[in-house]
Amino acid sequence: MDYSGVMLVTSAAIFTIGVAGVLIRRNALIFFMSIELMLNAANLAFASFSYFLNSLDGQVFVFFVMMVAAAEAAVGLGIIIAIFKNRKTVDLYDLRLLQG
Amino acid sequence: MKFLILAILCFPLFGLSVNFLFGRKWAEPWAGVLATAATTSSFVLSCFLLFHILNLPLTDRTIVATYFNWISTGPLHVDFALQIDPISLCMILVVTGVGSLIHLYSIGYMAKDPGFRRYFIYLNLFIFMMLILVMAANLPLLFVGWEGVGLCSYLLIGFWYEDILKAQAGKKAFIVNRIGDACFLIGMFLVLKTFGTLDFLKLDSQILSSTTVSLTTATIISLLLFGGAAGKSAQIPLYIWLPDAMAGPTPVSALIHAATMVTAGVYMIIRLNVLYLLSPIAMGVVATIGFGTALFAALIAISQNDIKKVLAYSTISQLGYMFGAVGVGAFAAALFHLITHAFFKALLFLGSGSVIHALHGEQDIQKMGGLRKALPITSKTFLIGVLAISGIPIFAGFFSKDMILWFTASSVLGNWGLLFVGLTTAGLTALYMFRLYVLTFLGTPRTAGTHPHEAPPSMSIPLIVLAFLSIVGGFIGLPEWTHFPDIITNFIEPIAKLPELTLGHEAELIVTVVSIVIAFLGLGIGYYLFVSRPAEKERLTGALQPLPTWSQNKFYIDEFYGRFFVGPIMQFAQFCWQFIDVQIIDRAVNLSGSIWRKTSNTMSSIQTGNVQGYALWMAIGTLFLIYFVFKG
Amino acid sequence: MDWFVYGFSALAIASAIMVITRRNPIISALYLCLTLFCLAALFVLLEAYFIAAVQVLVYAGAVMVLFIFVIMLLNLDPEKMIVEYFQTPRMISVISALLLFGFLTFVFWTNNITGERGYDFPVQITQGGGHLKAMSSKLFTTFLLAFEVTSILLLVAIVGAVVLAKRKV
Repeated sequence: MDYSGVMLVTSAAIFTIGVAGVLIRRNALIFFMSIELMLNAANLAFASFSYFLNSLDGQVFVFFVMMVAAAEAAVGLGIIIAIFKNRKTVDLYDLRLLQG
Repeated sequence: MKFLILAILCFPLFGLSVNFLFGRKWAEPWAGVLATAATTSSFVLSCFLLFHILNLPLTDRTIVATYFNWISTGPLHVDFALQIDPISLCMILVVTGVGSLIHLYSIGYMAKDPGFRRYFIYLNLFIFMMLILVMAANLPLLFVGWEGVGLCSYLLIGFWYEDILKAQAGKKAFIVNRIGDACFLIGMFLVLKTFGTLDFLKLDSQILSSTTVSLTTATIISLLLFGGAAGKSAQIPLYIWLPDAMAGPTPVSALIHAATMVTAGVYMIIRLNVLYLLSPIAMGVVATIGFGTALFAALIAISQNDIKKVLAYSTISQLGYMFGAVGVGAFAAALFHLITHAFFKALLFLGSGSVIHALHGEQDIQKMGGLRKALPITSKTFLIGVLAISGIPIFAGFFSKDMILWFTASSVLGNWGLLFVGLTTAGLTALYMFRLYVLTFLGTPRTAGTHPHEAPPSMSIPLIVLAFLSIVGGFIGLPEWTHFPDIITNFIEPIAKLPELTLGHEAELIVTVVSIVIAFLGLGIGYYLFVSRPAEKERLTGALQPLPTWSQNKFYIDEFYGRFFVGPIMQFAQFCWQFIDVQIIDRAVNLSGSIWRKTSNTMSSIQTGNVQGYALWMAIGTLFLIYFVFKG
Repeated sequence: MDWFVYGFSALAIASAIMVITRRNPIISALYLCLTLFCLAALFVLLEAYFIAAVQVLVYAGAVMVLFIFVIMLLNLDPEKMIVEYFQTPRMISVISALLLFGFLTFVFWTNNITGERGYDFPVQITQGGGHLKAMSSKLFTTFLLAFEVTSILLLVAIVGAVVLAKRKV
């Protein structure tokens, strides 16, 4: 059966939700979770394409994306902790050192 | 031979480099010892060179050593070449010889000065530059030395730069010299344009072989170059820097502002004698300004009270003599006087330095007196210097001054008016020098509480040597009637011809006798006014008014220049600064700056620093990307 | 089968929306966990069993534990909770997000999948020794370099995380 439409639209929806989260949430942790959402949406698209094209390459890519996401999560959360230790906040709006 | 010549030049350079690079941690005298040794080595090598030259045939005594091509562009071709011939050799010997003695003297004089090492670096740099000046085989290289010694002069006049007056004196010397140097440069360009070469030898041969140069051109070139010489050698109208230059340490005054650097102008004209002889007008101007300066400076010197200022004006006066001699075509006589003057004026300056040293910096002769007992060596050597400069027979100055006066009287370029001025100046010289000696060394001490002491040996040895030279130095140029060979004239003649004479040699004795009489007259008047009848001095001063007041105030020349040249230039500079710079240029710059500041302030509001703002821009960009990729 | 697909998709989307709308990060994190599980289920439905397993292990397991740990570590008090008043223009953000969704959906619906087709059919995978073997043979042959580089990346990330999280370097 052909789920391609459903899967891809789900992936697009989750990706969009991730984008929206990045754009409107100021809590760095939720910001970060939104990024994870976007990555997962991309993973879902990869897996769908892999399924519909009968190629395992897409799944291999998913695997790599997960590894990168894991690394990114470790470093990103480390950065959040470091910022919190220095500034006692994880509000992105308070972290505007590069303001022009 | 090339190597020997270069070695003479390079010893001072070596000395200053070593001092500069490694001398920081040395104990005090060693910097001075090294500098002295470097200069003395140059002197010894120049003596070798002298013997070498003396062994060559009379007409073949010019050596040009070319080392490398310095400037080569279009028609201009300049080598780094050094020229050794009798006149430059005389100068080298004077510079290194007197220079060595003054270096030695400075070790004592500058002891315990915080700038000891710096002083000797400058001094060696000066010797190096002066050697370049006198050894140069072309005008640009001479100019390098010319500017180099000017720089050293500036550095050494303002040596104690913490004192604003001394720093200003250095500045004044530098700026006044710039005026002359500008003339010199223009003259040099004209030489290049007219003759197509800047080498002395080629220049001479070109002038002698072809007479296509018009009198006007020759006169203009000669006068422009003389302008440079007048700046460097402190002649009217650019002499005003030299008295102020006495702000430097006294040995510097002796070396740079009496014996060597200030004679560079005379040397340059002697070097270019062939060019100058093209233009009788220029020669006349040189002679007139020379003797005029001699008289004028002597008139000022007679009423000055600062021991160094008196000597400074007497230096200007003696330089005037040299220019007078050059102007009447007596180049050998000018060089002869230059040499003897280097001896006795260095001696006088070093003696005055010894006095100042003994009195802990006192320079006013009215507060001295009676130093004869306290400073036996200084007073005796100083007396020899006074007698030498006054033209008393058997002392060096007598012969050289006599030779100048004789040529002034006899040369076709000279005349009786110049001779009269020269004789008057000779009398005045004897008078003011005797006054200086009397006020300084004779009588009773006028300042109580000081205990003057004789200088250390490193200072007294140069005094004795120079005193000896001031006595015997004249014997290298004995007049015709003594029937001894005139060594200096014979030595110089292949380079600078003697002028045509209008008088026979029997007249020479008359000039000599007159000059002796006048010298003794000057001494006699001095003795009468300052020793036996001081009251007469007051009466005479009153009778001659306003001359003495003018003399005391240096004829208000500084004030005149200040009013008519410095003032307007300062006003113009003020205008340029406060109106053109501050009002126009600064405002324009500020305006463009503020425009950009406002623009960038506006633009930088895009940079909120808010990550989400950037993310939004990125999302919008992505939207556009997707739209453009898939719209088709 | 269809209902699984629709159901997990709907649940994933719904919990994703919850992730970005909760004030308390811990609740967001739990909803994120739910989303990840739903995605794992979708992976299974797409016959990506290995990926589904890794999704549960790495994401729903390790990464989420990391998130929860960090949230606990920061221990944001209720009064320190960020009062968000949406500094970025909220309407523009939402509109652009919706536009993005529209575009993506439009693209997915209107374009057929035209990529180069492979030969990893389910039957062959089963005959060749199973899904895991097929995946690993790809990972350790064709993508060996990428795999090694990924391991180095993970090492770097570990070191980086330690350095960042240390109190004083």
